[in-house]
Amino acid sequence: MNRKLLDLWVGFFVAVGFAAVLFLALRVGNVSSGNFAETYRLTARFDNIGGLKVRGPVKSAGVVVGRVAEIRFDPQSYEALVTVTIDERYKFPKDTFASILTAGLLGEQYIGLDAGGDDKMLQAGDTFAKTQSAVVLEKLIGQFMFNKASENLESK
Amino acid sequence: MRSGTFSCAIELVRALGRRVNDALQTLGFASRFFVTILAYSGQSFRRLHLTIREIYFSGFQSLVIILVSGLFIGMVLGMQGYETLQRYGSSEALGVLVALSLTRELGPVVSALLFASRAGSSITAEIGLMKATEQLTAMDMMAVNPIARVVAPRFWGGVVSMPLLAALFSAIGVFGGYLVGVVLIGVDEGAFWSQMQGSVDFHLDIVNGIVKSFVFGVAVSLIAVFEGYDAVPTAEGVSASIKRTVVYSALAILALDLVLTSFMFRGI
Repeated sequence: MNRKLLDLWVGFFVAVGFAAVLFLALRVGNVSSGNFAETYRLTARFDNIGGLKVRGPVKSAGVVVGRVAEIRFDPQSYEALVTVTIDERYKFPKDTFASILTAGLLGEQYIGLDAGGDDKMLQAGDTFAKTQSAVVLEKLIGQFMFNKASENLESK
Repeated sequence: MRSGTFSCAIELVRALGRRVNDALQTLGFASRFFVTILAYSGQSFRRLHLTIREIYFSGFQSLVIILVSGLFIGMVLGMQGYETLQRYGSSEALGVLVALSLTRELGPVVSALLFASRAGSSITAEIGLMKATEQLTAMDMMAVNPIARVVAPRFWGGVVSMPLLAALFSAIGVFGGYLVGVVLIGVDEGAFWSQMQGSVDFHLDIVNGIVKSFVFGVAVSLIAVFEGYDAVPTAEGVSASIKRTVVYSALAILALDLVLTSFMFRGI
């Protein structure tokens, strides 16, 4: 085999291979999604985070504005300490309401932000004042059954 | 009668011990062989065209089988995935299903299995025949180190080719899934790509897949060159070595895949 031809084919092979990696990275994986260029961190305390996961989305009005960066347990207050990174472009008022919601009936859980009316904005490192925990389906069902049972007792 | 059973049991235990000892000895030999290859790699890289030649033979010439299998597997994934997903009314998630199964598992594993049977077996056959016809000994006589001249280039050729082939396999598989899912069945194109891009993580899924295929490349190439070098220098010996290359490579790939997966995707 001619040396030059060999080099050509191997070069072709390596180039096609790298093109495949590039295709996977850009078209399939979309490197840019989830890695906002400039972000700032906020923390929120929840009584119960349900099935929230690290890298889960943070949405406001349905638009993804950040990601869950870290989830920790606070042994002093027995609460979950969730750190989120928010895109630098978006600022939220001090009294923004953070709640854990579920996409669809059984979908993934995310943090929803409802902007308040305060003039002051949340700065990097601040904590959300008002939060609402995840709805735990078992608790809901338990409550419902309890109410039904007491209704039956009253009607008798 | 009793002493007969006793000696029979002793014989069984001895046979077991001999098998374990032989296996350990081969494993030790293979490890020392691996270290020797690494030690002579610098010497072999000085004549880089040897390695480039091997990349041509094991990488470029495997392109057709890798691309065709990848395309077909992606298409089958598209059909089967659609069939199951549409029962739950979530056929838009087809892109996620195809891309995640390809980048995480099928791409690295199936392309490594194909590579082992296509390129690994031919490397073993080549080195084994060289040994049977005493070419390796002849090289040694001429003060040409056979590890640096013959073994190391084939090893590195396989290690370089494997991740590239796996990436190609995954990419063409995703394209196959797109062909069947979007073009043929008519899943919404925007949802197909956007859901895929939302769920496939570059580091977690794609980089881990490439790391997997690199590890498989090292394992398959090492097994192939070792079995060739270790072959009994007869026709039967070479044929047994080729058989062992394919079997051991497949077992090693699947076992390593389990280990790597449990490290990479734990707790997700």
